[in-house]
Amino acid sequence: MEEVDVEPTTTPIPGFDSNQKHLGFVWGPGDILVYETIYKASGGSAGGCPFVHEVRKDEDIYSPILRKLFNESHHIFVGLQRIREDMPSKNKKPQFVSISKNYRSVIRACMEELQQVAGIVSILLAVELIWNLCEVLFIDAAPAGSLVLHLLDWVRLHKADVDEKAREVLASESPAEHQAYWDVVISYVLQGRMDEARQVLVKQAALQPAARAMFKLLDNLLMKMPIFNPGETQTLTEFDVKWRHWREEVDRCLQDQSFASNPHLEDICKILVGDEDVLLEHKELLSTWYHFLVTRLLFSHPTVKPTELHYYAQSSMHMFLDTRSVPEPLDSILLAAFEFDIHQVIKDCSIALNNWWFVGHLTDLLDHCKLLQSHNLHFGSNLREFLLLEYASGLFTHHSLWQLAVDYFDHCPEFGRVYLELQIERVPLDTERKALKVIRICEQRQMTEQVRSICKIMAKKALRNNRLGSALSWSIRAKDAAFATLISERFLQDYCANGTFSDLDLIDNLGPAMLLSDRLTFLGKYREFHRLYGEKRFLDAAKLLLSLMTAKIAPRSFWMTLLTDALPLLEQIEVIFSADQTHELMFCLEELTSEKSVPNPDRPMQDEDIETTKIELLRLALARNLAMAIVKEGTVEV
Amino acid sequence: MEGINAKYVSKKISKTRWRPVSSSSLQQPDIFATGSWDNEDNSISIWSIGENGVSIMDDEFEGDPQLVCEYKHNGDVLDLQFLDQDRIVTASSTGAVTIFQHHHNSQTLSVSQLWDRAHHYPCDNAPCTGVVCNSPEIVTVGEDGRIMLFRADQEGVLRTIEKADSSAIHAVTFLRTTEILTVNSIGQLKLWDFRQPGNEPSQILSLTGDRVPLHCVDRHPNQQHIVATGGQDGMLCIWDVRQGNMPFSLMEAHSAESKIFMEVVNSLKRQVDLQFKGFNSCFCCAHSVGGPFSSIKPRPPVLMLRGWITVALGDFFKFRHTILLKRWTEHKHNFSQRNSPSRWEPVPHQCLAHWGL
Repeated sequence: MEEVDVEPTTTPIPGFDSNQKHLGFVWGPGDILVYETIYKASGGSAGGCPFVHEVRKDEDIYSPILRKLFNESHHIFVGLQRIREDMPSKNKKPQFVSISKNYRSVIRACMEELQQVAGIVSILLAVELIWNLCEVLFIDAAPAGSLVLHLLDWVRLHKADVDEKAREVLASESPAEHQAYWDVVISYVLQGRMDEARQVLVKQAALQPAARAMFKLLDNLLMKMPIFNPGETQTLTEFDVKWRHWREEVDRCLQDQSFASNPHLEDICKILVGDEDVLLEHKELLSTWYHFLVTRLLFSHPTVKPTELHYYAQSSMHMFLDTRSVPEPLDSILLAAFEFDIHQVIKDCSIALNNWWFVGHLTDLLDHCKLLQSHNLHFGSNLREFLLLEYASGLFTHHSLWQLAVDYFDHCPEFGRVYLELQIERVPLDTERKALKVIRICEQRQMTEQVRSICKIMAKKALRNNRLGSALSWSIRAKDAAFATLISERFLQDYCANGTFSDLDLIDNLGPAMLLSDRLTFLGKYREFHRLYGEKRFLDAAKLLLSLMTAKIAPRSFWMTLLTDALPLLEQIEVIFSADQTHELMFCLEELTSEKSVPNPDRPMQDEDIETTKIELLRLALARNLAMAIVKEGTVEV
Repeated sequence: MEGINAKYVSKKISKTRWRPVSSSSLQQPDIFATGSWDNEDNSISIWSIGENGVSIMDDEFEGDPQLVCEYKHNGDVLDLQFLDQDRIVTASSTGAVTIFQHHHNSQTLSVSQLWDRAHHYPCDNAPCTGVVCNSPEIVTVGEDGRIMLFRADQEGVLRTIEKADSSAIHAVTFLRTTEILTVNSIGQLKLWDFRQPGNEPSQILSLTGDRVPLHCVDRHPNQQHIVATGGQDGMLCIWDVRQGNMPFSLMEAHSAESKIFMEVVNSLKRQVDLQFKGFNSCFCCAHSVGGPFSSIKPRPPVLMLRGWITVALGDFFKFRHTILLKRWTEHKHNFSQRNSPSRWEPVPHQCLAHWGL
């Protein structure tokens, strides 16, 4: 058994006294049912909790706004699976990056709608932050030089309040005298947005014409700061050289005390050389250790390589955070990301979040980028499949989102099908429309067992409600011969009791499905006999009747009824049964009566009488018909 | 795909209907109702596009539909119809038939009449699968194989046809004011005449062979004996009820997995005169059915032909939770010559309201 990484959280069950009683539980697909057992600690009170509680961990799938997230991400997921494997990998990377951006835009769209619900918004913000960082480091895999630029973009995206403050300051009457003025300038510099910083500085410069030279100098320095441009032919070394020159220039200005008269400008200059103490003085403006990290890198090591990132990350975190404060889960996740430890990131996220949505989709994307080593877990599948299976199983418990889960199972090659087979049978079927939908999903995947099972459920439901026709059509669909036999028996019993058939619209149109079971064939053919009789096609009716008995399609118990049905045909004026046919009828009658030769003492006398009368009538009719038939056949037309 | 708007509503929607506009006005409908299904809490909602009282005259439609009001509904909404300008009838999966009243001044909905367990089994609920109205009469059909006739504002049931069908009835439509047509899950079309007593249909039509469930039925706007049905296997069949019991035209509209639901909206019924030519269907349905309106008797160009068409296509499960509005306009220049067949552009997603299928 693995060690537990974190202490599990305890959830108290209301009305349950853990000192006195024991709790029994059973796992469900997404939840646990807990109940109180009859165990009593010695001397415990007699009263107990009569309730069964359902404990569920993941409430998020029931949120209506997050439904959009699940739906849209499902769409993106399916699109990702369809990217063709045979494309060369250099074409695939931009596609993966764009898919990653799609996922992130869905998260952002959800956040916009969720303005009011604070708890989920902060989680989504964190999730998007982590995803963005993973995109930059793992999927886009920016090399040295552009790495810092991407990280800058990342930070800028998640610190949007700078623009708000700037707007506020610039909109005021005298921007340069606004109390947040210098904050805005410094924030811009910290984020590497030199152009905006210069624009705002101009306002101050206008106010202090005496210090114009100083402002001009700073403006110049800001303008000349080299930014690595990956598109140009400039190599990293060239950029490095340029950058060092520029930094020396800034350093010289500092040493010359050019900005001594204005402490703010001096601060900015110190930031430009990457003075960490000054950076730390502006902690509230930076607000997070990773902003501090990126700014530090920008001004001290703009050519940092991805492999060196984690040194700076760790040191930044230690410098920025108090030693007393406990690192939050988000911080450790980001640190793991900077260390390029993908598995640790996924593991920490799984623990921190209560829903598998994020880790499932991220792992799937990283797997497609071939970044996950494929080592098998104990459970027989790889990490990606495990997470997707967990996520989809959670979705299946939702009364409406289960349809999305089907696609996820489809794309889990090892166990997806098995999971789907087990889960799809448990979707509650209230209406026929829903049942047909589930059946269609099963048929598309050639899950014949499940189709049969669902059809049988519907047939049994119909049978319980005495809808024999519906039950029969469902069992025909399920190709369930046993059930069809049962229902046909019911039909025949109803006929014997009522004298008429019900559900004629089905029985008359069975077609080849009639052959599913013997009893069903008999039912269909018997009804056909009645129809022929009704249409006065006596010869055909007679032939059919006889064949029902001689071909042994009719069950023995029904022969008496069939023979009784033959009576009116025998009594017709014109001869319908030929001599041979009459002989066969007589043979059938004899077979029947020879079995009944032992009188049954339990049966009441009247029944016996009726039986004997019937048999006698039949014998008489058969004999008369035989006579007429022989005469008719022997007659020669002259 | 110009002119398509999508709005995400977080619920699976089963039906949408435009509110009927009075026949004298040339305005297009701007209010529609939707019913949801397969959610924990289902509801019916009324939406509006455009400002109330301002007619939409230009070609392009801007803006999302706005939710006007919503009301909780017990069970899935399996069918929805506007009884008149203010009242909506719904068929529920609990077997109940409900009339909702839309109060214009307060923009709220309330239940005006309820027939609970109109469709039922002896021990369970039977979903009511279809409803059709001819104000004030309402006809409903359900999985219990019953056809019920109600009258709005009257408490009791006007008429029940028990055991109308041995299997579940999926849809119903009016053929004439006293005749209805139902389709069931063993692939049969049944014609019922209310003037005749008794529980027997006046005609049964079916496609021989497999008993493929039929899911929807609608009749030709102007020729009452022509009806079309959509089946589980994606086949669209056109029938003539006067003659024969076989469809005279079969079309593979979709791949085998999807279902077709189709309806033609009232405004289109009024304004377009349709002719058949062989396999060309006059109904707007799946895009894969050739050019849907391939032969239209041209009208004088003064009367602009526009129609809002509501079509739900099973194939579009990706739009499961969105309502799409597509305005289908004709290109005026096609009508320059008389007697030349004009073509509607077959637009890929002519799906107006799509919902969890």
